[in-house]
Amino acid sequence: MAASAPSDRKYLETHEWHKLEGDGTVTLGITQIAADELTDITYVALPKVGERLSAGKRFGEIESVKATSDLYSGVSGDVIAINDAVAKDPGLVNRDPYATGWMIRVKPANAAELEKLLSAEEYLKRTGH
Amino acid sequence: MLKRTPFYDFHVASGGRMVDFAGWEMPIVYRSIVDEHEQTRNSGSIFDVSHMGRVHFTGRDAQAFLNKVCTRNVTDQKVGQSRYALICNAGGGVLDDVIVSRDAKHWLMVCNASNREKLLKYFHDVRHDAGLDFDMADQTESTAMVAIQGPKVIDRVAEHLPVDVRSMKRYHFETGSVMGLIKLTVFRSGYTGEDGVEVILSAKVAPMAMKMLAGKTDRDGGTLRPAGLGARDTLRLEAGMPLYGHELSESIDPLSAGLKWAVDLTKEFVGVERLREIAQAGPKRKLVGLELEGKRIARQGTPVTKDGQVVGEVTSGTLSPTLGKSIAMAYVDASHAAEGSQLSVDLKGTLNPAKTVKLPFYKRPA
Repeated sequence: MAASAPSDRKYLETHEWHKLEGDGTVTLGITQIAADELTDITYVALPKVGERLSAGKRFGEIESVKATSDLYSGVSGDVIAINDAVAKDPGLVNRDPYATGWMIRVKPANAAELEKLLSAEEYLKRTGH
Repeated sequence: MLKRTPFYDFHVASGGRMVDFAGWEMPIVYRSIVDEHEQTRNSGSIFDVSHMGRVHFTGRDAQAFLNKVCTRNVTDQKVGQSRYALICNAGGGVLDDVIVSRDAKHWLMVCNASNREKLLKYFHDVRHDAGLDFDMADQTESTAMVAIQGPKVIDRVAEHLPVDVRSMKRYHFETGSVMGLIKLTVFRSGYTGEDGVEVILSAKVAPMAMKMLAGKTDRDGGTLRPAGLGARDTLRLEAGMPLYGHELSESIDPLSAGLKWAVDLTKEFVGVERLREIAQAGPKRKLVGLELEGKRIARQGTPVTKDGQVVGEVTSGTLSPTLGKSIAMAYVDASHAAEGSQLSVDLKGTLNPAKTVKLPFYKRPA
């Protein structure tokens, strides 16, 4: 089973994806690889709207029956939305990590930071897939 | 190089995600831990437990040796009977938890994969120092072992097993052969909180036997499906069973772990003096069950607090698939171990309320 990752977004080696939206905001979530690795996700702790994130810093936490992991952001900026659906039904991240299982939306302070993140290909290579 | 069990190809073909477990390449999950957990509670699952150590003891002093290293008395153990016991160091700490079975011509010990080499070395030393005369044969890699667990398991497998499993009592075992070819030793035991069997067979015939079992059990929507080590862990946790490296270690004694029933303080064995002292004074810390408010999970190492003071530490935790609650096991100061104590777990600075509850969290319907 070959792993894949959508090429329309940027990645951290810690398995977070970042998608630049048409309005200049950035949506964050975790990859299918990470969701599969964690197995059944039971809880997602997200920041509050208005919180300021720093690139490379922790913004939340994700738990599964098997493990707890930190969530990192590859970009700095203010949180402008969080996905309530994921907070209510964490299994959504297992089922649909790239779309309805998104986690937060950020207004980036410096859009150039996004360019420095990994491409899909680089991400797959770095994570040994 | 990781070791592989005879079922490796079966795991890969079944979609198992293989991980390093104590030096063995084992399936952590095939589909979803929660699915496999529920499958076991509602129907039945097959677990590959071939990584666990299987050691045979024979010879004049085999019984005396086992009685010296085990916390249970083995001298009144009958042929066809198994007993859970601890192997302790001189300080009363647990080297491993094992199941000792008495067969007609030998004794069998099943131990944890992670402790096998340590135990074998320790047993060699004891044999040498005490001048005991017995043979020890590590059969782990020449045999395979599966656990078949769940409420519907006995009905499903009874007709395929060469022994009368329906009338077999828990913690008993019997050996038979299928078509005079495949020799199976069937134990009525397990590590999930469900009824079921554990089966030991030769490594050579293991893949064929699995094909036979899996093929037969595929009827009626496949009542028996494979389950991985992930579900094995959540199942044993709900059932309040200790896991070595979590609830048990060389610095934890079996009395604090709530395993007094598996310790015979009236006989002599390694560690008994210290355990008698602990029994006399009462354990300082005790293993308890915790039920957390909310859905967050307290992992191993999470501090347990009361009024801002650390009074204990979590050893295992998960979101119980059966109960839908966040559960954990923890060692807490004896003064807070009574059922119903209102405590907190410190989740990276966030205090989450938790109360002590009776173990096990889950008990199968009678």
